[in-house]
Amino acid sequence: MKKVSGRFAVLALVVVLSVVFFLPSYKPLYQALPDWARKVLPDKGITLGLDLQGGIHMVMEVDEDRAVEIAVERSVNSLQDLLVDKKIPAESVKRTGPQQVTIQFANGELKAQVQKLLEDYPTFFEAEAAGSANTVVWELRDTEIKRIKDSAINQALETIRNRIDQFGVSEPLVQRQGLKQIVVQLPGVKEPKRAKDLIKETALLEFKMLDEDNQMRMDFPARIPKEKEAETVRQFEAKVPEGDQILFERVFEKETGREFRVPYLVKKRVMLTGDVLSDARVSIGQFNDPYVSITFDSKGGREFERITGENVKKRMAVVLDNTIYSAPVIQERITGGRAQITGTFSTQEASDLAIVLRAGALPAPLKIIQDLTVGPSLGQDSIDKGVQSTLFAGAMVVVFMIVYYRLSGAIADFALVLNLVCLLGALSALNATLTLPGIAGIVLTIGMGVDSNVLIFERIREELRQGKGVRLAVDGGYNKALLTIIDSHVTTLITGVALFLFGTGPIKGFAVTLCLGIAINLFTALVGTKVIFDVLNQRPKVETLSI
Amino acid sequence: MLEILGKTNFDFMGKRTIAFLFSGIMVLLGLIAVVQISRGAANLGIDFAGGTAVQLKFEQPIRIDEARRALDANGVSNAELQEFGQENKLLVRVKASTTIEEKTAERVMAVFTKDFPTNKFVVDASTEIGPTIGRKLQEDALIAVVISFIGIILYIAMRFELRFGVAAALATFHDVLAVLGAFYVLDKEITLLVVTALLTLAGYSLTDTVVVFDRIRENLRLRRRESEEATINGAVNQVLSRTIVTSLTVVLVLIPLTLAGGEVLHDFSLALLGGVIFGTYSSVFVASPLLLLWPGAAGRMMKRG
Repeated sequence: MKKVSGRFAVLALVVVLSVVFFLPSYKPLYQALPDWARKVLPDKGITLGLDLQGGIHMVMEVDEDRAVEIAVERSVNSLQDLLVDKKIPAESVKRTGPQQVTIQFANGELKAQVQKLLEDYPTFFEAEAAGSANTVVWELRDTEIKRIKDSAINQALETIRNRIDQFGVSEPLVQRQGLKQIVVQLPGVKEPKRAKDLIKETALLEFKMLDEDNQMRMDFPARIPKEKEAETVRQFEAKVPEGDQILFERVFEKETGREFRVPYLVKKRVMLTGDVLSDARVSIGQFNDPYVSITFDSKGGREFERITGENVKKRMAVVLDNTIYSAPVIQERITGGRAQITGTFSTQEASDLAIVLRAGALPAPLKIIQDLTVGPSLGQDSIDKGVQSTLFAGAMVVVFMIVYYRLSGAIADFALVLNLVCLLGALSALNATLTLPGIAGIVLTIGMGVDSNVLIFERIREELRQGKGVRLAVDGGYNKALLTIIDSHVTTLITGVALFLFGTGPIKGFAVTLCLGIAINLFTALVGTKVIFDVLNQRPKVETLSI
Repeated sequence: MLEILGKTNFDFMGKRTIAFLFSGIMVLLGLIAVVQISRGAANLGIDFAGGTAVQLKFEQPIRIDEARRALDANGVSNAELQEFGQENKLLVRVKASTTIEEKTAERVMAVFTKDFPTNKFVVDASTEIGPTIGRKLQEDALIAVVISFIGIILYIAMRFELRFGVAAALATFHDVLAVLGAFYVLDKEITLLVVTALLTLAGYSLTDTVVVFDRIRENLRLRRRESEEATINGAVNQVLSRTIVTSLTVVLVLIPLTLAGGEVLHDFSLALLGGVIFGTYSSVFVASPLLLLWPGAAGRMMKRG
C-alpha cells in the first residue's frame, strides 16, 4: 500500500492556493464577495496587458544634448545680467557651441575683469587657447555635463509622473529604461492623443519683451497659415537684428476656427521662466473664455514686479515652447505675484495647459522612439477570440484524450484542468501581466502538458504489452518516462529562459507563461496523475487498466 | 486499446538520402531568407524595420484601391494596405523611411477623415517604432537565439553525448530555417511575434527529438549485438506512435488558434503549426539519421549514458 494522503493534501493545497490567488483577477466574482472575504484575499491578480485592455505604451528619449545647450544658454542669460550689474561694457555674450560660451569686448583691457567673473561660474573653465585679445571662451566642465544629462532624465521622469498623476490614469507606469530612455504605460486610456500631447509638451514658459522699435522695419505679413512658420523665418532671417528672434503668436479666426500665426520680433533675452511658478489654474473670463491664471512664488513675484515696473507701456510676450500665447501691453507695475495667460483656448486646452505648468517644464524636448496605442475595442476583440479559441482547442484535446486513452485519458484531462488552474493561480500570485502572446503561451502549455501524459501512457502500454501486472506497469511507465519528460521539459525551459532574459514586452509575457507552464506541467504530470493511478490501484484486485 | 499505429517496422534510416535532399532544399530556402533579412530585402515587420502601423475599423466597407489612392494623393506614399475579413478593418503600414517625428499615424488618420467623411472609423491600434528600437530588437532576438542554442547543445551533450547534442541542434536549426523559409516564400511578414514563435518551435521540436533520442540511448545500451543503424531504426519505430500522438495534441490546439485566434495570433500560430509538423518530421528523418553521419559512429556503442 502506498501512502497517497500526503500527496493528496499537497495537491488540494495547491489548488486552493491557486483559486485564492486567482479570485481578484476575475472582477465580477471578486466584487460580489463579502467585505471580510475581500480583506482576507489578496487584492491584486493578473493584470491585462495593453494589447488586451487597450492603452498606450511609449518609449521616449530625452534629448540630453539639448538639455546641456539649454543649461549653457541659461548661464549666458545670467552672465549678461552680471556684466550689466558690474558695469563691464562687453559687446556680446553668446553660446558658440553645444557647451561653449564666448564673451566679446572691444577693449582688450577688460579681459582681466571678464576672466575674474569665472569665479561666479564654477561649472565652467576657461578654454584659453580658443580665446583672443578681445574674447574669452568658457566651456562647461565634463562633470557638469554628465550631471546635467543625469538630472535631465530624472527631472523628465518626475515631470511626466506629475503630469500623468494630474491627468488621472489608473495604474500608470513611468520608469527609466536603460541610460536615457523613459517608458510610459497608460492602460485603458480613453483619449490617447490628448494624453500623448500632455506628456510630450516641453512646457517651457518664458516671458520675453517684444522688440517694438524694430518690428515696423521688418514688414511682416499680418498673418500666415500655420504651416508656413519655417518659410517665414527663412524669408526674414537676414533682417533680424542681433539679439532678436522671430516668434509666432497663435490666433484663431472667430468664424471658422482656423488657426493662424502672427509673426513678431522678440528679444531673445528671457525675462522670467516658468520655474518660478507656484500654481496654475483655469479661470473663466467675462466673455466665458477660459484662461490660465498663474501665481508666482515669492522670488518670482518680486522679479515680475520689477520687470513690469521697468517696462510699463511696452509689450511682453508670454511664450510657451517657442509659441507666443499672448503679447499684452504692460499697463502698470504688477504687484501681488499673479498673472494671466490668455489666448484662444478651449476649456480642455486651458486645463491641460494648467496641468503642464503646475507639473513643471521638461528639461529638454522628448523624442518618442516607440509608440504603441491599442484601442479598447481591439483589446476586447482579442480577448474574445483568444479565449474562444483556447476553450475550443482545450475541448478538442480533452475529447481526443478520452477517445484514445479512455479512463486514463480522463485522468490526463484532469491533469490538464489542474494545469490551467495552477498556471492562472501562479500568474495571479506573481501579479503577472497577461498579453495576447501570453494566452498563446497558455495554450501551448496545455498542448505540452498533455504530451507528458502521452509519454507516460505509451510507456505503460508498452509495459502492459510485455505482460506486466497493472501496478508494476504503471510504476514502470512513470519511472521510465520520467527522464524523458525531464529532458524534454528542461530543453524547452532553456528556450523560455532565453526569451525571458532577452525578450521585451509581449515576448516577456509569453516567456513567463511558458516557463511557469513547464514547471507546473512537471508537477501535474508526475504528482497529480500518479496519485490518482495509485488510488485506483489500491483496490484489492486490480487486473485491468483502462488505457 | 485504441491505437493509431500498431507495431511498425518502417525503414526510416534507409530513406535518409531522400530526407536529406528534401531537408537540404528547405534549409537552403531558410538560409536565403536569413540573407535577405540581414540585407533588409525581406518582408520585415515594422517592429524590426521601424515605421508606423495604424489599424482602423470603419463603419462601412472600404475599398483598398480607393484607400490607397487617397493616401497617395495626400503624400503618404509607399504605404502597405491590408484588409481583415468582413469587419471593415484596414491595416496601413508605412515602413522604415519615416520617423516618428513626422507623425505618420496622425497623417494617415487625417487623410481618412478628410477623404472619407461619410465613413467614420475608430482607431483599433497604432504602432510607431523608431529605427533604433528596431535594431535593438533584432540584436536582442539574435542573442536569445544564440543563448538558447548554446544552452540546449550543452544540456543534451551533458545528458547524452556530444553527437546527440549536435544532431539535435542541427535538426532544430533545420526546423526553424524551414519555417522561416516557408514564411519567406509565402511573403509573410516577419514580426517579433513570428520570431517568438520560431524560438518556441525550436523548444518544441527539441522536446520531440529528445523523446526519440531517449529511446535510442536506452536501446543502444540494451541491444549491443545489432548494428547501430538497426538499433536507431528500431527505436524510432518504437516511439513512433508517441511521436505522432504528442504532435497531434499540439496540432489540435494550434488549428483553432490559427483559424479563429484573431489577426494578431494568426501568423504566430501558423508558424508554430509549421514548426510542430517540421519538428515531428525532423526528429524521425533528420535528427536520428544525423547520428549515423558522425565520423566513426556506425557500429560504435554508447560509452556513457
